[in-house]
Amino acid sequence: MTRRTLLWCAAGMGLIAYPLLVNNFWLVQIGGRTLGFGTIALSLVFLVAYGGMLSLAQMTVAGVAGYAVAYFTAPVAGVGLLLPWPLALLIALALATLAGLLIGLLAVRTLGIYTLMITLAIAMAFYFLTLQNYAIFNGYTGFSNVQPPVVAGVDFSRALPFYYLSLAIAAACYGAVRHITRTPFGLALQGVRDNPRRLRSLGYDVARVRVVAFAIAGLLAGLGGILNLWLNGSISPASVGINPVIDVLMAAVLGGFLHPIGAYVGALVFTVVDNFAINFIARERFNTLIGLVFLAVVLFSPDGITGLLRRGRIWLEEKVARLNRRRGRNAGSSSPMQSRQET
Amino acid sequence: MTPAEQIDTAHALDIEGVVCRFGALVAVSDISIAIPPGERHAVLGANGAGKTTLFNMISGDITPSAGRIALFGEDITSLPPQRRVLKGLRRTYQKSLVFDGLSVRENLFLAERGVRGRRFSVLAAARNEQENAKTEALAERISLMAKLDSPAGELSHGEQRQLELGMALAGNPRVLLLDEPAAGLSLSERRQLLGMLETLPKTITLVIIEHDLDIALQAADRVTVMHNGRMLAAGTPEEISANQTVHDIYMGKNVN
Ligand SMILES: Nc1ncnc2c1ncn2[C@@H]1O[C@H](COP(=O)(O)OP(=O)(O)O)[C@@H](O)[C@H]1O
Ligand SMILES: [Mg+2]
Repeated sequence: MTRRTLLWCAAGMGLIAYPLLVNNFWLVQIGGRTLGFGTIALSLVFLVAYGGMLSLAQMTVAGVAGYAVAYFTAPVAGVGLLLPWPLALLIALALATLAGLLIGLLAVRTLGIYTLMITLAIAMAFYFLTLQNYAIFNGYTGFSNVQPPVVAGVDFSRALPFYYLSLAIAAACYGAVRHITRTPFGLALQGVRDNPRRLRSLGYDVARVRVVAFAIAGLLAGLGGILNLWLNGSISPASVGINPVIDVLMAAVLGGFLHPIGAYVGALVFTVVDNFAINFIARERFNTLIGLVFLAVVLFSPDGITGLLRRGRIWLEEKVARLNRRRGRNAGSSSPMQSRQET
Repeated sequence: MTPAEQIDTAHALDIEGVVCRFGALVAVSDISIAIPPGERHAVLGANGAGKTTLFNMISGDITPSAGRIALFGEDITSLPPQRRVLKGLRRTYQKSLVFDGLSVRENLFLAERGVRGRRFSVLAAARNEQENAKTEALAERISLMAKLDSPAGELSHGEQRQLELGMALAGNPRVLLLDEPAAGLSLSERRQLLGMLETLPKTITLVIIEHDLDIALQAADRVTVMHNGRMLAAGTPEEISANQTVHDIYMGKNVN
């Protein structure tokens, strides 16, 4: 327990001190992107790990929030409506939560592969909507030049403030997920995952538990989506197309569903490969490379990198325990000799 | 409510001509049972007789193809399972259904919270002194204090049966349906279970499916015997023990 606390303190301090150690590229393009993208992946890990529900529409929900912020803070030629940024954020998060809720309403009647299909269909429908609708989504062009706000003299479009903003939001989302799993609702959600029929016979409305989980996941994805928007400075149909939709699933599977931290681990690996693959392979080979990494992880550690780490830790602990036992036996056998010598 | 719809409120459970068809198979065919409050009622029958299916209809897991079911005079035939629970109906399953990934404490907590309300709270943590006292009292009743923080998936078969019962005892059950609670238990565990059931207050109406004729006849006030989905006999344990058809069919099946 204390060792775990220590580990968390070290990780937290490392994340806070990270800007001192790296340049702006690593700070924003790796650090910031991992935190924003990881939060979208976290919304999926939350659904899978605690609710046993897969969704391919989490990037879509993130896109809903992103489009809303762009629409209300960075209008372009006739599309959009300038609002004060706090109001814009509020509307965006409310819309993301609502989108999550509606997707949940459609998806909760289905199970497994069917949930995947229906959420994929929703994601594709939204993609074509953004592509073809000019009144709200500004069609193919989308929105560009979207800047995060300047609050009390702090300009969040600058690297350092943006990194800390991303860190704060990601930490809050991560903490919220950890907290929710210990609340009555969180336990009920895990009950749905383990045994929906039993949960029903304890007085719970299983469908409602699932829908609420989708709404919470929607809010999380919305927060990640806003960070993503500010990082890119723009949003267009390509941001909610099939590739980013699959990327979320990839990051989550890479990280593993054993623990919510897997979302950020997976997002980090994904982001690093995404950024550096271009140095040694052609851009269009990126999908091949990340596909191979994905395949390797799924083959060798079906529960992702966190699963690998957990097994490594267990292996190490057993090794240490065996070593200690051997040392204990040696000490035990040597003591009679000592006592004999003493007599 | 018209007088015709009014069901005798003297009954805890009123099952009137329920039928359950699975395609061509009639798993339960025209069963009627009226159970007064406080009664210990046993449902007997060989494997495949339709006992569990009957329970599934009472608990709402399956909608009957025909007939109606009333709980303390209120028609619950088309009420979803979770709403029946809130009206005081509880059940256990023949094959233990527990939340494998959660601890015994969390399993019991979910049961408590399920009937008490505020099931969607995300503000306060589930573990606090007040809640712990409640779940511990429940764990005490089913002798699982020592396993409170073990994952339910790691319990022995007997312990899972105990937990299954504990979850059904949460809140204030008015009608308790137990589907073969003693299945797979050792002799001493069976005795412990029977002792525990005897301590249940008469405010709880008990309906037990039991495979073991002796246990059923010993623990019950009244017995219903099912065979191939039909009602074969009903009466006091004495009447049932004296019934030759029951012996021929039920015991015969058991021997095979
Ligand atoms: N969900 C189901 N679908 C189809 N047939 C079922 C289903 N449940 C039970 N049955 C059939 O109904 C009959 C009665 O089963 P059941 O009620 O479990 O008997 P019992 O509990 O008395 O052993 C059996 O023939 C069984 O195969
Ligand atoms: Mg049965």
